Amino acid sequence: MEKIELTCIMCPLGCQLVVSKDKNAITVTGNNCQRGEIFGKEEVTCPMRMVTSSVKTSKGVKACRTTKPVPKSMVFDVMKEIEKLRLKSVKFGEVVIKNVLNTGADIVITAND
Amino acid sequence: MVTDVLVIGGGPAGMSSALSAGENGSKVLLVERDETLGGILNQCIHNGFGLHYFGEELTGPEFAHRFRKMVEREKNITVLTSALVTKLGENTATILCKNGVKEVKFKACVLSVGCKEKTAGNISLNGTRPMGILTAGTAQKMVNIDGKMVGKDVVILGSGDIGLIMARRLTLEGAKVHMVLEINSTSSGLKRNILQCLNDFNIPLLYNSTIFEVVGENRVEGVFYGQVDEKFNKIESTRKFLKCDAVILSVGLTPDLQLLPNIEKSKTSGLVVNEHYESEMPSIFTCGNALHVHDLVDNVALEGKEVGRYASLYAQGKLESGKTIKVLHSADFAYALPQTLFEGEGEVELKFRLKNKIVRKWIKVKSEGVEVGKRFVLAGVPGEMMTVKFSKNGVKNSVTLEVE
Repeated sequence: MEKIELTCIMCPLGCQLVVSKDKNAITVTGNNCQRGEIFGKEEVTCPMRMVTSSVKTSKGVKACRTTKPVPKSMVFDVMKEIEKLRLKSVKFGEVVIKNVLNTGADIVITAND
Repeated sequence: MVTDVLVIGGGPAGMSSALSAGENGSKVLLVERDETLGGILNQCIHNGFGLHYFGEELTGPEFAHRFRKMVEREKNITVLTSALVTKLGENTATILCKNGVKEVKFKACVLSVGCKEKTAGNISLNGTRPMGILTAGTAQKMVNIDGKMVGKDVVILGSGDIGLIMARRLTLEGAKVHMVLEINSTSSGLKRNILQCLNDFNIPLLYNSTIFEVVGENRVEGVFYGQVDEKFNKIESTRKFLKCDAVILSVGLTPDLQLLPNIEKSKTSGLVVNEHYESEMPSIFTCGNALHVHDLVDNVALEGKEVGRYASLYAQGKLESGKTIKVLHSADFAYALPQTLFEGEGEVELKFRLKNKIVRKWIKVKSEGVEVGKRFVLAGVPGEMMTVKFSKNGVKNSVTLEVE
């Protein structure tokens, strides 16, 4: 059985969670509420993260982000896709990569144009 | 130039107060030293902004974009960018802008100039001063706005939120962030940032530790670091060397009040304010990080909205004050503001920060020993600005904040 220690980030209480994982079940201990259990389970099964970065354009770098969280394990791969881009100019809200690496998330410009 | 309300600083606090003053019917001049409005938000490209104010999670530039559009639509606001206020008096200001120097007469002024970062000099960082020692905000601007990297092997001193955010940002951009050193036994950074910016990338956070000495002639070549005792004295036996080419400082923020060098500052290093967020200098109002350093931009925007309305009412001669109630607090609090209230009716809100973490306690507001307001706190930490509301009906002389 695998045991993972985590600090819950759902509220400032910051419960120290122990998430135990085996073939059949995931159990969370140390939590003081339901939200801690949900958080603990998600973190060991499919942790998701937003990626925020910047793309290179002929007018300098412009901030961008994923339109929704992507699997944590793919964050560096998504970064590589963003780094490949060399764009002329971009507009606020413009999608510069559609469905990046089949994650279902687009890369969208967040900087002011 | 003549205006009803002069707003100095076009970040979230300034844009929000300009908007609310304009909506309240006052002519507003919003002055920003940068080329565009937005302030620090423009370089905070990470997400986590706007959950309270807009009900959705935005990045800094997106949050700024929304406010900028609202400011553009408000007819009562004139925006002056690339302009610096160099002198501020009770009803006049001197502005240095593209067309030269201008004098502005105003009826009320909102000082929303934000805060500044503490530097290597401020914390008396030992060692040399080669290239490669940067504050976290400067590093953030270099990477996110200028598109330049700050180094390949990085050490971060201090675990404030911008330091944590930059640990992730620099890692994603290919740098090796070796460690974050925190002189205290806890971090002032948000838990979510410790998890998502450090733990996700296995970046160690060393508590009770600091940089003993920076080494390097032209460029940072490394640091000696180690542990400190409870009085922050270096424990020499723990001294170690780490090769690195950049040192990022995230060691605190302080309101930027260089415009008013001679006025008395409060515990937050901001101005002392009354219930209307008016300072002891008549006609000068203040809000945002220039008043006290916030952890959420949403709270900055809300504060700006409130203060912009007060400044507008003052400019229109409609702001009523009254006899003063002093706001005091026990030693459990780092500060509470506003520092004074006015006698009268209605609900008021006090903002405060705790000195230490509390779990399952009451925050009580007492006036001459009698409880006039309270709030239950499941968990409160110094890193989180908190509020308590109460009715001031019948309250006289003073109120005191206590933890029970």
